[in-house]
Amino acid sequence: MRKVAVIGAGMTKFSAAQEKTAVELFAEAAMDAMNEANVKPKDIQCLCLGQVLADFSEGQCTTQGFCADSLGLPNVPATRYEGCCASASVAIRDAAVWVGAGIYDIILAGGTETAAKMGTPLATRTFAMGSDAHYEYPAGVTFPGVFAMLANLYCVKYGVPVEKVIDAMAAIAVKAHHLGNLNPHGQLHKEITPDMVKNAFVVAHPLTLYNCCPFSDGGAAVVVVSEEIAKKLSDKPMWILGSGQGSGGTIGSQKKYLPHIAAREFSAKEAYSMAGVSPKDICVAEVHDCFSIAEIILQEQLGFFEKGKSCDAVLKGETTVGGKIPLNPSGGLKSKGHPIGATGAAQAYEIYDQFKGNCGPRQVEPATKKGALGLTDTLGGNGGAVVNIIYQKGW
Amino acid sequence: MEYPLTWKEYDKALRKNKLLGLKCKSCGAVTCPPKMTCDNCTGTDLEVTELTGKGKLVTYTVMQIAPEGRENETPYIMALVELDEGPWIFGRIGGVDPGKMTIESIGKKLRLSHSVFYGDKFSESAAGPLFYFE
Repeated sequence: MRKVAVIGAGMTKFSAAQEKTAVELFAEAAMDAMNEANVKPKDIQCLCLGQVLADFSEGQCTTQGFCADSLGLPNVPATRYEGCCASASVAIRDAAVWVGAGIYDIILAGGTETAAKMGTPLATRTFAMGSDAHYEYPAGVTFPGVFAMLANLYCVKYGVPVEKVIDAMAAIAVKAHHLGNLNPHGQLHKEITPDMVKNAFVVAHPLTLYNCCPFSDGGAAVVVVSEEIAKKLSDKPMWILGSGQGSGGTIGSQKKYLPHIAAREFSAKEAYSMAGVSPKDICVAEVHDCFSIAEIILQEQLGFFEKGKSCDAVLKGETTVGGKIPLNPSGGLKSKGHPIGATGAAQAYEIYDQFKGNCGPRQVEPATKKGALGLTDTLGGNGGAVVNIIYQKGW
Repeated sequence: MEYPLTWKEYDKALRKNKLLGLKCKSCGAVTCPPKMTCDNCTGTDLEVTELTGKGKLVTYTVMQIAPEGRENETPYIMALVELDEGPWIFGRIGGVDPGKMTIESIGKKLRLSHSVFYGDKFSESAAGPLFYFE
Protein backbone atom coordinates (compact mmCIF):
# COMPACT_ATOMS: atom_id res chain seq x y z
CA MET A 1 0.00 0.00 0.00
CA ARG A 2 1.21 3.50 -0.84
CA LYS A 3 1.22 6.15 1.86
CA VAL A 4 -1.95 8.29 1.76
CA ALA A 5 -2.64 11.81 3.06
CA VAL A 6 -5.41 14.33 3.51
CA ILE A 7 -4.20 17.74 2.31
CA GLY A 8 -7.41 19.74 2.40
CA ALA A 9 -10.61 19.75 4.43
CA GLY A 10 -13.78 21.79 4.44
CA MET A 11 -17.09 21.80 6.26
CA THR A 12 -20.20 23.95 6.26
CA LYS A 13 -21.69 25.17 9.49
CA PHE A 14 -23.86 22.34 10.80
CA SER A 15 -27.39 23.51 11.52
CA ALA A 16 -31.07 22.86 12.02
CA ALA A 17 -33.31 22.91 8.93
CA GLN A 18 -32.06 25.50 6.42
CA GLU A 19 -32.57 26.39 2.76
CA LYS A 20 -29.54 24.87 1.02
CA THR A 21 -29.75 21.53 -0.81
CA ALA A 22 -27.55 18.50 -0.14
CA VAL A 23 -25.63 19.23 -3.37
CA GLU A 24 -25.08 22.87 -2.40
CA LEU A 25 -23.86 21.96 1.09
CA PHE A 26 -21.41 19.39 -0.23
CA ALA A 27 -20.16 21.72 -2.97
CA GLU A 28 -19.41 24.49 -0.45
CA ALA A 29 -17.43 22.16 1.81
CA ALA A 30 -15.69 20.49 -1.14
CA MET A 31 -14.56 23.74 -2.75
CA ASP A 32 -12.99 24.84 0.56
CA ALA A 33 -11.20 21.47 0.81
CA MET A 34 -10.00 21.68 -2.81
CA ASN A 35 -8.76 25.26 -2.38
CA GLU A 36 -6.80 24.29 0.73
CA ALA A 37 -5.32 21.33 -1.15
CA ASN A 38 -4.34 23.52 -4.12
CA VAL A 39 -6.26 21.32 -6.56
CA LYS A 40 -8.67 22.35 -9.31
CA PRO A 41 -11.81 20.45 -10.36
CA LYS A 42 -9.92 18.98 -13.36
CA ASP A 43 -7.37 17.41 -10.98
CA ILE A 44 -9.96 15.29 -9.10
CA GLN A 45 -9.98 11.69 -10.39
CA CYS A 46 -12.82 10.23 -8.33
CA LEU A 47 -15.60 11.28 -5.93
CA CYS A 48 -16.55 9.17 -2.89
CA LEU A 49 -19.70 10.67 -1.36
CA GLY A 50 -21.40 9.71 1.89
CA GLN A 51 -25.15 10.28 1.54
CA VAL A 52 -28.00 8.53 3.31
CA LEU A 53 -31.44 10.12 3.16
CA ALA A 54 -31.76 12.64 0.32
CA ASP A 55 -34.20 10.19 -1.30
CA PHE A 56 -36.59 11.05 1.55
CA SER A 57 -35.57 14.62 2.45
CA GLU A 58 -35.36 15.93 -1.11
CA GLY A 59 -36.71 13.21 -3.42
CA GLN A 60 -33.18 12.91 -4.73
CA CYS A 61 -31.04 9.86 -5.38
CA THR A 62 -27.72 9.79 -7.30
CA THR A 63 -26.65 12.86 -5.34
CA GLN A 64 -23.04 12.03 -6.18
CA GLY A 65 -23.45 12.71 -9.92
CA PHE A 66 -25.03 16.10 -9.29
CA CYS A 67 -22.31 16.96 -6.75
CA ALA A 68 -19.58 16.02 -9.25
CA ASP A 69 -21.24 18.09 -11.97
CA SER A 70 -21.82 21.11 -9.74
CA LEU A 71 -18.16 21.10 -8.75
CA GLY A 72 -17.02 20.84 -12.38
CA LEU A 73 -15.32 17.48 -11.93
CA PRO A 74 -14.51 16.08 -15.39
CA ASN A 75 -17.12 13.26 -15.55
CA VAL A 76 -15.06 11.16 -13.13
CA PRO A 77 -16.42 8.07 -11.36
CA ALA A 78 -18.66 9.26 -8.54
CA THR A 79 -20.03 6.78 -6.03
CA ARG A 80 -22.48 7.15 -3.18
CA TYR A 81 -21.52 5.41 0.05
CA GLU A 82 -24.36 4.47 2.37
CA GLY A 83 -23.22 3.24 5.75
CA CYS A 84 -26.01 5.03 7.62
CA CYS A 85 -24.46 7.50 10.09
CA ALA A 86 -20.94 6.27 9.22
CA SER A 87 -21.30 6.97 5.48
CA ALA A 88 -18.63 9.68 5.11
CA SER A 89 -16.08 7.61 7.01
CA VAL A 90 -16.83 4.64 4.76
CA ALA A 91 -16.25 6.99 1.79
CA ILE A 92 -12.95 8.35 3.17
CA ARG A 93 -11.71 4.86 4.02
CA ASP A 94 -12.49 3.62 0.52
CA ALA A 95 -10.81 6.70 -0.98
CA ALA A 96 -7.70 5.85 1.06
CA VAL A 97 -7.83 2.26 -0.18
CA TRP A 98 -8.13 3.38 -3.85
CA VAL A 99 -5.22 5.82 -3.48
CA GLY A 100 -3.18 3.41 -1.39
CA ALA A 101 -3.65 0.74 -4.06
CA GLY A 102 -2.32 3.10 -6.72
CA ILE A 103 -5.54 3.30 -8.77
CA TYR A 104 -6.02 7.06 -8.25
CA ASP A 105 -3.79 9.86 -6.96
CA ILE A 106 -6.36 12.53 -6.00
CA ILE A 107 -9.85 11.75 -4.66
CA LEU A 108 -12.51 14.04 -3.25
CA ALA A 109 -14.31 12.32 -0.36
CA GLY A 110 -16.86 13.35 2.24
CA GLY A 111 -20.59 13.57 2.63
CA THR A 112 -23.74 15.62 2.84
CA GLU A 113 -27.16 15.42 4.48
CA THR A 114 -30.31 17.46 4.88
CA ALA A 115 -31.93 15.45 7.67
CA ALA A 116 -33.23 18.33 9.80
CA LYS A 117 -35.27 19.47 6.83
CA MET A 118 -37.47 16.37 7.24
CA GLY A 119 -38.76 17.32 10.68
CA THR A 120 -38.60 15.01 13.71
CA PRO A 121 -41.36 12.44 12.88
CA LEU A 122 -40.11 11.65 9.33
CA ALA A 123 -36.46 11.88 10.41
CA THR A 124 -37.14 9.41 13.24
CA ARG A 125 -38.90 7.11 10.77
CA THR A 126 -36.12 7.20 8.19
CA PHE A 127 -33.33 6.87 10.78
CA ALA A 128 -35.11 3.73 12.02
CA MET A 129 -34.47 2.25 8.55
CA GLY A 130 -30.96 1.59 9.89
CA SER A 131 -32.57 -1.19 11.97
CA ASP A 132 -33.91 -4.42 10.50
CA ALA A 133 -37.11 -3.48 8.63
CA HIS A 134 -38.56 -7.00 8.97
CA TYR A 135 -37.37 -8.31 12.30
CA GLU A 136 -36.93 -5.14 14.43
CA TYR A 137 -38.98 -2.22 13.13
CA PRO A 138 -42.42 -3.94 13.35
CA ALA A 139 -42.05 -4.13 17.16
CA GLY A 140 -41.06 -0.46 17.23
CA VAL A 141 -37.27 -0.26 17.40
CA THR A 142 -35.73 3.24 17.29
CA PHE A 143 -32.12 4.39 17.73
CA PRO A 144 -32.66 6.20 21.04
CA GLY A 145 -34.51 3.11 22.23
CA VAL A 146 -31.63 0.80 21.35
CA PHE A 147 -29.07 2.99 23.12
CA ALA A 148 -31.32 3.36 26.15
CA MET A 149 -31.51 -0.46 26.29
CA LEU A 150 -27.72 -0.62 26.02
CA ALA A 151 -27.43 1.83 28.93
CA ASN A 152 -29.54 -0.40 31.15
CA LEU A 153 -27.67 -3.50 30.00
CA TYR A 154 -24.36 -1.76 30.79
CA CYS A 155 -25.54 -1.19 34.37
CA VAL A 156 -26.62 -4.80 34.83
CA LYS A 157 -23.67 -6.47 33.10
CA TYR A 158 -21.00 -4.48 34.94
CA GLY A 159 -22.85 -3.86 38.21
CA VAL A 160 -22.72 -0.07 37.82
CA PRO A 161 -25.56 1.81 39.55
CA VAL A 162 -27.94 3.50 37.08
CA GLU A 163 -27.42 6.81 38.92
CA LYS A 164 -23.71 6.69 38.21
CA VAL A 165 -24.24 6.05 34.50
CA ILE A 166 -26.78 8.89 34.44
CA ASP A 167 -24.18 11.20 36.08
CA ALA A 168 -21.49 10.15 33.58
CA MET A 169 -23.89 10.63 30.65
CA ALA A 170 -24.76 14.11 31.96
CA ALA A 171 -21.05 14.96 32.20
CA ILE A 172 -20.55 13.84 28.59
CA ALA A 173 -23.45 16.03 27.40
CA VAL A 174 -22.22 19.05 29.40
CA LYS A 175 -18.70 18.60 27.98
CA ALA A 176 -20.10 18.36 24.44
CA HIS A 177 -22.13 21.55 24.80
CA HIS A 178 -19.22 23.42 26.42
CA LEU A 179 -16.78 22.53 23.62
CA GLY A 180 -19.39 22.86 20.88
CA ASN A 181 -20.19 26.35 22.11
CA LEU A 182 -16.57 27.22 21.21
CA ASN A 183 -16.86 25.72 17.69
CA PRO A 184 -17.99 28.22 15.03
CA HIS A 185 -19.11 25.31 12.78
CA GLY A 186 -21.33 23.84 15.50
CA GLN A 187 -25.12 23.66 15.55
CA LEU A 188 -25.97 24.15 19.23
CA HIS A 189 -24.28 27.10 20.90
CA LYS A 190 -25.54 26.73 24.42
CA GLU A 191 -23.92 25.86 27.75
CA ILE A 192 -25.87 23.35 29.83
CA THR A 193 -25.61 21.93 33.37
CA PRO A 194 -25.85 18.36 34.68
CA ASP A 195 -29.20 19.22 36.27
CA MET A 196 -30.55 20.48 32.95
CA VAL A 197 -29.62 17.12 31.39
CA LYS A 198 -31.16 15.05 34.16
CA ASN A 199 -34.36 17.11 34.38
CA ALA A 200 -34.98 17.32 30.63
CA PHE A 201 -37.75 15.50 28.76
CA VAL A 202 -37.17 11.73 28.87
CA VAL A 203 -36.85 10.30 25.35
CA ALA A 204 -36.26 6.69 26.42
CA HIS A 205 -35.24 6.09 30.03
CA PRO A 206 -32.44 6.68 31.05
CA LEU A 207 -31.80 8.96 28.06
CA THR A 208 -33.16 12.51 28.19
CA LEU A 209 -33.31 15.03 25.37
CA TYR A 210 -29.82 16.33 26.25
CA ASN A 211 -28.39 12.81 25.93
CA CYS A 212 -29.46 12.70 22.27
CA CYS A 213 -27.81 14.39 19.29
CA PRO A 214 -29.96 16.71 17.15
CA PHE A 215 -31.11 16.21 13.56
CA SER A 216 -28.85 18.30 11.35
CA ASP A 217 -28.11 19.62 7.88
CA GLY A 218 -24.55 20.03 6.64
CA GLY A 219 -21.71 18.97 4.37
CA ALA A 220 -18.04 18.12 4.86
CA ALA A 221 -15.21 17.06 2.55
CA VAL A 222 -11.55 16.10 2.42
CA VAL A 223 -9.04 15.73 -0.42
CA VAL A 224 -7.27 12.37 -0.22
CA VAL A 225 -3.97 12.06 -2.15
CA SER A 226 -0.89 9.91 -2.64
CA GLU A 227 2.36 10.71 -0.81
CA GLU A 228 3.93 12.02 -4.02
CA ILE A 229 1.07 14.48 -4.63
CA ALA A 230 0.99 15.46 -0.95
CA LYS A 231 4.66 16.43 -1.01
CA LYS A 232 4.16 18.43 -4.20
CA LEU A 233 1.03 20.35 -3.17
CA SER A 234 1.08 20.73 0.59
CA ASP A 235 3.35 21.46 3.54
CA LYS A 236 0.67 20.12 5.90
CA PRO A 237 -0.03 16.46 5.05
CA MET A 238 -2.28 14.58 7.48
CA TRP A 239 -1.32 10.93 6.93
CA ILE A 240 -3.95 8.20 7.03
CA LEU A 241 -1.91 5.67 8.98
CA GLY A 242 -4.55 3.00 9.36
CA SER A 243 -8.24 2.31 9.04
CA GLY A 244 -10.70 -0.40 9.93
CA GLN A 245 -14.32 -1.12 9.13
CA GLY A 246 -16.75 -3.65 10.56
CA SER A 247 -20.33 -4.73 9.94
CA GLY A 248 -23.16 -6.20 11.98
CA GLY A 249 -26.78 -7.33 11.86
CA THR A 250 -29.71 -7.13 14.27
CA ILE A 251 -29.00 -5.94 17.78
CA GLY A 252 -29.75 -9.46 19.06
CA SER A 253 -27.16 -10.96 16.71
CA GLN A 254 -24.49 -8.98 18.61
CA LYS A 255 -25.28 -10.76 21.90
CA LYS A 256 -21.70 -11.87 22.50
CA TYR A 257 -20.53 -8.26 22.67
CA LEU A 258 -23.45 -6.21 23.99
CA PRO A 259 -23.66 -3.56 25.36
CA HIS A 260 -20.58 -3.05 23.17
CA ILE A 261 -20.96 -3.00 19.38
CA ALA A 262 -19.74 -6.07 17.50
CA ALA A 263 -18.59 -4.18 14.37
CA ARG A 264 -16.34 -1.89 16.43
CA GLU A 265 -14.47 -4.84 17.95
CA PHE A 266 -13.39 -5.62 14.41
CA SER A 267 -12.86 -2.08 13.08
CA ALA A 268 -10.79 -0.76 16.00
CA LYS A 269 -8.50 -3.78 16.00
CA GLU A 270 -7.95 -3.48 12.26
CA ALA A 271 -7.23 0.27 12.44
CA TYR A 272 -4.71 -0.02 15.29
CA SER A 273 -3.06 -3.01 13.63
CA MET A 274 -2.73 -1.29 10.23
CA ALA A 275 -1.35 1.86 11.85
CA GLY A 276 0.98 -0.13 14.09
CA VAL A 277 -0.02 1.94 17.13
CA SER A 278 -1.94 1.36 20.36
CA PRO A 279 -4.68 3.32 22.16
CA LYS A 280 -2.18 5.04 24.47
CA ASP A 281 -0.51 6.64 21.44
CA ILE A 282 -3.68 8.56 20.46
CA CYS A 283 -3.81 12.15 21.75
CA VAL A 284 -7.19 13.27 20.41
CA ALA A 285 -10.29 11.49 19.08
CA GLU A 286 -13.52 12.50 17.40
CA VAL A 287 -16.08 9.85 18.28
CA HIS A 288 -19.68 8.83 17.65
CA ASP A 289 -21.60 10.23 20.63
CA CYS A 290 -25.02 9.94 18.97
CA PHE A 291 -26.31 9.30 22.49
CA SER A 292 -24.28 9.91 25.68
CA ILE A 293 -24.17 6.20 26.52
CA ALA A 294 -22.61 5.58 23.09
CA GLU A 295 -19.52 7.55 24.17
CA ILE A 296 -19.14 5.45 27.33
CA ILE A 297 -19.37 2.29 25.27
CA LEU A 298 -17.01 3.37 22.49
CA GLN A 299 -14.26 4.78 24.72
CA GLU A 300 -14.00 1.30 26.24
CA GLN A 301 -13.99 -0.45 22.85
CA LEU A 302 -11.31 1.89 21.52
CA GLY A 303 -9.06 0.74 24.36
CA PHE A 304 -8.93 4.05 26.24
CA PHE A 305 -10.50 2.46 29.33
CA GLU A 306 -11.35 -0.99 30.63
CA LYS A 307 -14.80 -2.35 29.75
CA GLY A 308 -17.39 -1.50 32.38
CA LYS A 309 -15.07 0.91 34.17
CA SER A 310 -15.03 4.24 32.35
CA CYS A 311 -17.70 6.23 34.21
CA ASP A 312 -15.23 7.32 36.91
CA ALA A 313 -12.80 8.58 34.25
CA VAL A 314 -15.57 10.63 32.63
CA LEU A 315 -16.60 12.13 35.98
CA LYS A 316 -12.93 13.04 36.68
CA GLY A 317 -12.72 14.92 33.36
CA GLU A 318 -10.25 12.56 31.74
CA THR A 319 -12.09 12.74 28.40
CA THR A 320 -12.28 16.51 28.04
CA VAL A 321 -9.69 18.93 26.65
CA GLY A 322 -6.70 18.83 29.00
CA GLY A 323 -7.60 15.31 30.19
CA LYS A 324 -5.93 11.96 29.54
CA ILE A 325 -7.71 11.38 26.22
CA PRO A 326 -9.81 14.30 24.94
CA LEU A 327 -12.87 13.02 23.08
CA ASN A 328 -14.84 15.32 20.77
CA PRO A 329 -13.12 18.68 21.19
CA SER A 330 -15.44 19.77 18.34
CA GLY A 331 -18.50 19.32 20.54
CA GLY A 332 -19.21 15.97 18.91
CA LEU A 333 -22.45 14.86 17.32
CA LYS A 334 -24.30 16.08 20.39
CA SER A 335 -23.44 19.76 20.04
CA LYS A 336 -21.65 20.27 16.71
CA GLY A 337 -24.52 18.37 15.06
CA HIS A 338 -24.97 15.14 13.11
CA PRO A 339 -25.87 15.47 9.41
CA ILE A 340 -25.43 11.73 9.11
CA GLY A 341 -23.93 11.47 5.60
CA ALA A 342 -21.32 14.13 6.45
CA THR A 343 -20.36 13.29 10.03
CA GLY A 344 -17.23 11.21 9.39
CA ALA A 345 -15.72 13.91 7.17
CA ALA A 346 -16.45 16.56 9.81
CA GLN A 347 -14.58 14.37 12.32
CA ALA A 348 -11.59 14.32 9.95
CA TYR A 349 -11.91 18.11 9.56
CA GLU A 350 -11.67 18.57 13.33
CA ILE A 351 -8.64 16.28 13.68
CA TYR A 352 -6.89 18.24 10.88
CA ASP A 353 -7.82 21.55 12.55
CA GLN A 354 -6.47 20.24 15.87
CA PHE A 355 -3.20 19.25 14.15
CA LYS A 356 -3.00 22.78 12.69
CA GLY A 357 -3.47 24.34 16.13
CA ASN A 358 -6.50 26.29 14.92
CA CYS A 359 -8.88 25.44 17.75
CA GLY A 360 -8.39 28.26 20.25
CA PRO A 361 -9.85 27.54 23.69
CA ARG A 362 -10.78 23.95 22.68
CA GLN A 363 -7.28 23.19 21.35
CA VAL A 364 -5.78 19.87 22.47
CA GLU A 365 -2.15 20.93 22.95
CA PRO A 366 -0.45 17.53 22.37
CA ALA A 367 -2.16 17.40 18.95
CA THR A 368 0.02 20.26 17.69
CA LYS A 369 3.27 18.25 17.92
CA LYS A 370 4.73 16.74 14.74
CA GLY A 371 3.78 13.07 14.50
CA ALA A 372 0.73 13.46 16.80
CA LEU A 373 -1.98 10.81 16.33
CA GLY A 374 -5.72 11.42 16.12
CA LEU A 375 -8.52 8.88 15.73
CA THR A 376 -12.04 9.01 14.36
CA ASP A 377 -14.85 6.63 15.28
CA THR A 378 -18.07 6.58 13.28
CA LEU A 379 -21.02 4.25 13.86
CA GLY A 380 -23.78 3.46 11.38
CA GLY A 381 -27.17 2.20 12.52
CA ASN A 382 -27.19 -0.18 15.46
CA GLY A 383 -23.74 -1.37 14.44
CA GLY A 384 -24.45 -2.10 10.78
CA ALA A 385 -21.21 -0.24 10.02
CA VAL A 386 -18.38 1.08 12.19
CA VAL A 387 -15.30 2.82 10.79
CA ASN A 388 -12.15 3.82 12.65
CA ILE A 389 -9.43 5.90 10.99
CA ILE A 390 -6.08 6.85 12.54
CA TYR A 391 -4.54 10.09 11.29
CA GLN A 392 -1.02 11.44 11.89
CA LYS A 393 0.24 15.01 11.80
CA GLY A 394 2.92 14.98 9.12
CA TRP A 395 4.59 18.29 9.74
CA MET B 1 -29.03 -22.17 -2.29
CA GLU B 2 -32.58 -21.53 -1.15
CA TYR B 3 -33.11 -19.35 1.92
CA PRO B 4 -33.84 -21.80 4.74
CA LEU B 5 -36.69 -19.82 6.33
CA THR B 6 -38.01 -16.67 4.72
CA TRP B 7 -39.32 -13.61 6.53
CA LYS B 8 -42.77 -14.26 5.01
CA GLU B 9 -42.92 -17.75 6.57
CA TYR B 10 -41.59 -16.41 9.90
CA ASP B 11 -44.17 -13.60 9.80
CA LYS B 12 -47.11 -15.93 9.01
CA ALA B 13 -46.19 -18.13 11.98
CA LEU B 14 -45.62 -15.21 14.37
CA ARG B 15 -49.12 -13.95 13.59
CA LYS B 16 -50.29 -17.27 15.15
CA ASN B 17 -47.96 -16.75 18.17
CA LYS B 18 -45.55 -19.35 16.82
CA LEU B 19 -41.89 -18.35 16.81
CA LEU B 20 -39.90 -20.09 14.08
CA GLY B 21 -36.15 -20.39 13.97
CA LEU B 22 -33.46 -22.64 12.52
CA LYS B 23 -31.76 -25.53 14.27
CA CYS B 24 -28.25 -26.33 13.06
CA LYS B 25 -27.69 -30.03 12.32
CA SER B 26 -23.95 -29.53 12.75
CA CYS B 27 -23.63 -27.75 16.11
CA GLY B 28 -27.18 -27.86 17.48
CA ALA B 29 -27.45 -24.09 17.97
CA VAL B 30 -30.72 -22.30 17.25
CA THR B 31 -30.80 -19.16 15.09
CA CYS B 32 -33.67 -16.66 15.41
CA PRO B 33 -34.61 -14.54 13.56
CA PRO B 34 -33.67 -16.72 10.58
CA LYS B 35 -30.51 -16.21 8.54
CA MET B 36 -28.82 -18.02 5.65
CA THR B 37 -26.28 -19.49 8.05
CA CYS B 38 -26.13 -20.75 11.63
CA ASP B 39 -25.55 -17.86 14.03
CA ASN B 40 -23.05 -19.99 15.95
CA CYS B 41 -21.00 -21.95 13.39
CA THR B 42 -22.08 -20.44 10.01
CA GLY B 43 -23.14 -23.93 8.90
CA THR B 44 -25.87 -24.23 6.25
CA ASP B 45 -27.39 -27.58 7.21
CA LEU B 46 -30.36 -26.03 9.00
CA GLU B 47 -33.88 -27.21 9.76
CA VAL B 48 -36.88 -25.08 10.63
CA THR B 49 -37.84 -25.45 14.26
CA GLU B 50 -40.56 -23.97 16.45
CA LEU B 51 -39.20 -22.26 19.57
CA THR B 52 -41.00 -22.36 22.90
CA GLY B 53 -41.36 -18.56 22.91
CA LYS B 54 -40.12 -18.54 26.49
CA GLY B 55 -37.21 -16.44 27.66
CA LYS B 56 -35.97 -13.84 30.09
CA LEU B 57 -35.55 -10.07 29.91
CA VAL B 58 -32.01 -8.96 29.03
CA THR B 59 -32.68 -5.20 28.92
CA TYR B 60 -35.47 -2.74 28.20
CA THR B 61 -36.46 0.89 27.88
CA VAL B 62 -39.69 2.83 27.71
CA MET B 63 -40.04 4.68 24.41
CA GLN B 64 -41.63 8.13 24.66
CA ILE B 65 -41.07 9.31 21.07
CA ALA B 66 -42.29 7.37 18.06
CA PRO B 67 -41.50 7.49 14.36
CA GLU B 68 -43.93 9.08 11.89
CA GLY B 69 -47.26 7.27 11.85
CA ARG B 70 -46.72 5.45 15.16
CA GLU B 71 -47.27 8.37 17.53
CA ASN B 72 -50.32 6.77 19.14
CA GLU B 73 -48.24 3.75 20.24
CA THR B 74 -46.20 5.63 22.90
CA PRO B 75 -45.32 5.05 25.63
CA TYR B 76 -44.28 1.47 24.94
CA ILE B 77 -41.72 -0.91 26.37
CA MET B 78 -38.88 -2.00 24.08
CA ALA B 79 -37.09 -5.15 25.18
CA LEU B 80 -34.26 -7.46 24.31
CA VAL B 81 -35.12 -11.02 25.30
CA GLU B 82 -32.89 -14.08 25.69
CA LEU B 83 -34.94 -17.05 24.49
CA ASP B 84 -34.63 -20.38 26.32
CA GLU B 85 -33.06 -21.82 23.15
CA GLY B 86 -30.30 -19.17 23.20
CA PRO B 87 -31.02 -16.42 20.66
CA TRP B 88 -31.57 -12.81 21.71
CA ILE B 89 -34.49 -11.16 19.94
CA PHE B 90 -36.00 -7.71 19.99
CA GLY B 91 -39.64 -7.22 20.95
CA ARG B 92 -42.11 -5.27 22.96
CA ILE B 93 -43.54 -6.00 26.44
CA GLY B 94 -47.27 -5.76 27.04
CA GLY B 95 -49.63 -6.18 29.98
CA VAL B 96 -47.63 -4.01 32.34
CA ASP B 97 -47.68 -0.29 33.13
CA PRO B 98 -44.49 1.15 31.54
CA GLY B 99 -44.07 3.30 34.65
CA LYS B 100 -43.73 0.15 36.76
CA MET B 101 -40.68 -1.15 34.87
CA THR B 102 -37.40 -0.93 36.81
CA ILE B 103 -33.91 -2.33 36.43
CA GLU B 104 -35.09 -5.15 38.74
CA SER B 105 -37.41 -6.28 35.94
CA ILE B 106 -34.31 -7.51 34.09
CA GLY B 107 -33.91 -11.28 34.34
CA LYS B 108 -37.63 -11.95 34.80
CA LYS B 109 -39.30 -14.65 32.71
CA LEU B 110 -41.39 -13.82 29.66
CA ARG B 111 -43.59 -15.65 27.18
CA LEU B 112 -44.19 -14.77 23.55
CA SER B 113 -47.21 -13.32 21.85
CA HIS B 114 -47.23 -10.85 18.96
CA SER B 115 -48.36 -7.42 17.85
CA VAL B 116 -48.99 -6.28 14.29
CA PHE B 117 -47.46 -3.24 12.62
CA TYR B 118 -49.95 -2.36 9.92
CA GLY B 119 -47.35 -0.97 7.56
CA ASP B 120 -46.80 2.47 6.10
CA LYS B 121 -45.70 3.96 2.79
CA PHE B 122 -42.20 2.50 3.31
CA SER B 123 -42.67 -0.94 4.87
CA GLU B 124 -45.35 -3.60 4.53
CA SER B 125 -47.40 -4.94 7.42
CA ALA B 126 -45.48 -7.26 9.73
CA ALA B 127 -45.86 -9.01 13.05
CA GLY B 128 -43.47 -8.21 15.87
CA PRO B 129 -42.71 -10.20 19.02
CA LEU B 130 -44.75 -9.03 22.01
CA PHE B 131 -43.89 -10.54 25.38
CA TYR B 132 -45.79 -10.87 28.63
CA PHE B 133 -44.29 -11.55 32.05
CA GLU B 134 -45.00 -15.10 33.27
